[in-house]
Amino acid sequence: MAPVMAPVATPAAPARDDALLRATRRRRMLSHLMAHGALILGVLIVAFPIWMTLVGSTHDAGTIGRGDVPLLPGSHAAENYAIAWNEGGGRTRTTPASTMLINSLLMALMIAAGKIAISILSAYAVVFFRFPLRMAAFWAIFITLMLPVEVRIIPTFQVIVDLGLVNTWPGLVVPLIASATATLLFRQFFLTIPDEFVEAAKIDGAGPLRFLKDVVLPLSLTNIAALFVILFIYGWNQYLWPLLIINDRSMETIVVGLSKMIGRGDSQNDWNTIMATAVLALLPPVLVVALMQRWFVRGLTETEK
Amino acid sequence: MQKKVIFRGRLLPIALLAPQLAVTFVFFFWPAGQAIYQSLLREDAFGLSREFVGLENFQEVLSDPTWLNAALNTVVFSGCVAALALGLALFLAVQADKSLRGATVYRSLLIWPYAVAPAVAAVLWLFLFQPEVGMIGRGLRAVGIPWDYRLNGTHAMVLVVIAAVWKQLAYNFIFFLAGLQSIPASVLEAAAIDGARPARRFWTIIFPLLSPTTFFLLVVNLTYAFFETFGIIHALTNGGPAKATETLIYKVYVDGVENLNLGQSAAQSVILMIIVIALTAIQFRAVEKKVHY
Repeated sequence: MAPVMAPVATPAAPARDDALLRATRRRRMLSHLMAHGALILGVLIVAFPIWMTLVGSTHDAGTIGRGDVPLLPGSHAAENYAIAWNEGGGRTRTTPASTMLINSLLMALMIAAGKIAISILSAYAVVFFRFPLRMAAFWAIFITLMLPVEVRIIPTFQVIVDLGLVNTWPGLVVPLIASATATLLFRQFFLTIPDEFVEAAKIDGAGPLRFLKDVVLPLSLTNIAALFVILFIYGWNQYLWPLLIINDRSMETIVVGLSKMIGRGDSQNDWNTIMATAVLALLPPVLVVALMQRWFVRGLTETEK
Repeated sequence: MQKKVIFRGRLLPIALLAPQLAVTFVFFFWPAGQAIYQSLLREDAFGLSREFVGLENFQEVLSDPTWLNAALNTVVFSGCVAALALGLALFLAVQADKSLRGATVYRSLLIWPYAVAPAVAAVLWLFLFQPEVGMIGRGLRAVGIPWDYRLNGTHAMVLVVIAAVWKQLAYNFIFFLAGLQSIPASVLEAAAIDGARPARRFWTIIFPLLSPTTFFLLVVNLTYAFFETFGIIHALTNGGPAKATETLIYKVYVDGVENLNLGQSAAQSVILMIIVIALTAIQFRAVEKKVHY
């Protein structure tokens, strides 16, 4: 808007226009100041719980138990994180955070990679081939979009029990990797690949698999990256499904493990090590978002539309 | 839309589709079918006998006061979460949109709670609102409010709403900011030249142009509040005190996993499926409309 307003001050009526210009500027500056003020306040409020968690992870259990958590970090960070990492947080100290982090990482990576892999293959089949029941298959996948795993949780759990997959990696990961969203996104993208590419590949004698590997996959890299960020977070943050499927402590994921530590929220608990575990639990996905922000925003706005 | 140039072959595409279809059938159609089938049966607690009872499970669920309580909680909870998360995000996005350079900086500073798991968000807020340990919890008691979310149902609801809104704010902010930035500057300039004040410009131009985004986000927020917040409620209140924060999805879990009442749990799942399908259908119609204008 600024460039439009600026040339108004023509020499014909300098004094009046100058005053008008200054008034406009002042008003705009005031409105900008208020905007920044509101945003800074918003950022502070949003960050406050994380700050207090960081602070809580650096004090001893006694200070927190008495309710004397200060606003600034203390000096017990190293020992709190060491306990959380090696033995596990909270009173119960069931599973070390190091084990739970590895489990969460494996789960998130397998879900993200699995979703992307099966979605690329199925979208490729639907876009670049004609075969009987092609659209039926597409719609069968599409319908899964409608029912999040939470809705069909108990019957899906029974299927896993029937298949004997409780407490196994396949049982934890495979039911979560069916993804209509990713299939739709790749289908949308594959449709934009020009027909000339396919023709050229055919003339050069490249088969469909070669074309997939040498042309389609390299072209899809940005989409894969964007989707990976979203799916990694989705996988890392899974809660209800691991809660049901995993009761073996060595396979506990960090998000579920953390919530088990707090019990009923009593004050007599090792809140310092719980907060250290909380920091460890939120750090990986937050880092992924922070470092890959461009992909993240892109993945988010594209998968949802 | 179809490609004109394609590869030939029948076996290969089916082989490529097989993994996705297998997962979809085994973990989607089979359980969904099971849910519908079980919702028509009554089984004793040990699974020894079952009989066909038609729609009786649904009748029982729909007239069960605890289910109605959960339904009411869900309405209150999702209504509060959607209204607050959308309102605050829109307010912040409008502020961020005022300066072009600042917008991306604020976006970076505001988006990361999206990455925090609902259950972890619950732990963060618990640490603040715990009545004896938490800073805000103690503060509230110090000024004379007998704050205890473990005993007071309203307090528990307030706390789960705060945690749920905190986590969803980032998502809404990203979409509102993208929506605001796609409104052509010329439209706003024209209105400004015509003498429309900022507030008027917002309500007569910006807000209507944003309505597709708002509507899309409303559906997403409701779906989020219905299902993804399970972690928040499970970690924070366990649906309590006295079922004050028990939502529909939480009740499915409690009846299916803890009370082992499979028929009723399945009937509840089917009702939830119908709600989700309705929400998704509404969302698709809205997206289609957006494409047309």
